[in-house]
Amino acid sequence: MITWLRNPWGRPRVLALVAGIYIAWSILPVAIAILFAFNNGRSRTAWQGFSLRWFTGATGSVFHDASLQGALAHTLILAVICVAVSVPLGVTLALGLQRWRGRGGGTINTVMLLPLVTPEIVMGVALLLLFLRVFPGIGLGTPAQAIGQITFTISYVVVMVRGRLTSIGPEYEEAAADLGAPPRDQLRRVLLPLLAPAIIASAAVAFALSLDDFVVTQYLSSNANTTTVSMLLYASARGAPTPALNAIATVTLVLTLSTLALAFFLYRRFAGGREAASVAALEV
Amino acid sequence: MAAPGALWLGVFFLVSFYAVIAVAFGNEDLLSQPVPFWNPLDWNVGYVLDVLRNFWHGGQFLTVTLRTFKFVAIALGLSLLVGYPVAYFAARHSGRWKGLVLLALIVPFWINYLMRMLAWINLLAPNGWGTRVLHDVGIERLFIWLGLLGNPGGWLDGQSSAVIIAFVYGYIPFLILPLFAALDRIDQRQIEAARDLGASPASAFLRVTLPLSVPGILAGCVLIALPMFGDYYTPDLVSASTQTNLIGNQIDEFTRQGSEKVTGAVLTLLLALALLVLMFYYLRTTRRASEVHSGG
Repeated sequence: MITWLRNPWGRPRVLALVAGIYIAWSILPVAIAILFAFNNGRSRTAWQGFSLRWFTGATGSVFHDASLQGALAHTLILAVICVAVSVPLGVTLALGLQRWRGRGGGTINTVMLLPLVTPEIVMGVALLLLFLRVFPGIGLGTPAQAIGQITFTISYVVVMVRGRLTSIGPEYEEAAADLGAPPRDQLRRVLLPLLAPAIIASAAVAFALSLDDFVVTQYLSSNANTTTVSMLLYASARGAPTPALNAIATVTLVLTLSTLALAFFLYRRFAGGREAASVAALEV
Repeated sequence: MAAPGALWLGVFFLVSFYAVIAVAFGNEDLLSQPVPFWNPLDWNVGYVLDVLRNFWHGGQFLTVTLRTFKFVAIALGLSLLVGYPVAYFAARHSGRWKGLVLLALIVPFWINYLMRMLAWINLLAPNGWGTRVLHDVGIERLFIWLGLLGNPGGWLDGQSSAVIIAFVYGYIPFLILPLFAALDRIDQRQIEAARDLGASPASAFLRVTLPLSVPGILAGCVLIALPMFGDYYTPDLVSASTQTNLIGNQIDEFTRQGSEKVTGAVLTLLLALALLVLMFYYLRTTRRASEVHSGG
């Protein structure tokens, strides 16, 4: 680092080394955890040869063990619900806030942004108390978990869609209005197609956020049937589980990254690279 | 058009937060379940006073809170120490590798936090690969000598150092990206101007680049400090000892696991109030940045 301070225009070998070591440090442990998902033995610390037994084997594998399968299925169900509800709510909220010229817009805007910065444990406790004491009819369990996830996902959708709205500008809508399109058609035939990349990207982000969520989902879970993959990782990481735990984590990781990669490429195709990069980095 | 989304947030975010207040100023029934008092005129301050008294007399809440501040502060410092050079390299010197470097910085962001902790738990088990490497290269001995590790191979037996390093590992991707964005946005010509006017490279860095990146540093630090203050799972996973309990663990024990939900709500309320300043600071700076961005 001293050489870099002395001469930042030279070839920054020390900086490159620091960055290289950091990247290796950040990714290697996860790569090793993925490797052990393919271990041909019960150990998560000693390598015993390659095998798919923890994915497809007859006993204790992701695709045959009831509790692992249940956790994976529950995680996916929550993710689908979360996307299906948070995207329409977020898109309409973004459109509404963009045009809001009256009073109250600023307040709603602030409330909308708050879930992005509220520590998850605060939201977890708040929603737990809400479902225990205000909506005992809903109670804890799948609906509560879905509602919790949707509540913090909406904000991400709004931010992403609004970013795209700002970059489109009002011109297209105004042109459509000048050409006599009624407001409904301005929205359906002009604005929504232009927003499509942001909507796809926000759906992918909502899916990934739901898959990886832990705190809110755990606080609102009721029993073993509402266990997700993240909760399973938390509950059994310190116990003496088999590499099946690494296998189920690997499956979730592949799902998350492939969904995001797909959305990223779609976005770049329709909206251009620079915008796509800032979406990938969730630069809100 | 904004109505459904606004209504949703109103009910599930604002009302749920009010429920925390109503429970914190409420009471317990005979089954020690929380009874919220919705009307501020009925509020019972007993539980809040109990918690405040515990703080005042140096009870466990004070211990845990001070420990939380200490862990977060050290983790922030270490994260900046590692994260700044990495972000600087990615923004300035990665050249034709920029896309790939950026990808490598973004990927951990999207790997399940629990899976990243699982990875370290496997590595740092007494016979894990990481434990062996740390032993072989002498880091284990160094940590024992510094008093940061109790006994050989005992990385996961309740070490504060393990929790802090896990914090750094867990949250640093969220710091590097805003730092990268801030450094990437600095106009190269400003640094060239400083150099042309006779500044040495070091003073150009200290007097131009560093001050211009301060907003990114602050935003990144706030962004990772907020979740760290509410974290309970990292200490649970890498330490599982009451010696490393943080305020998040205390809240988790009272609300989710235990039956002291009223006290838990009081602690949650105090935590949220303490962090409100940071939350609004972050929202204000990012909004201003995006206005400058789209306006200019």
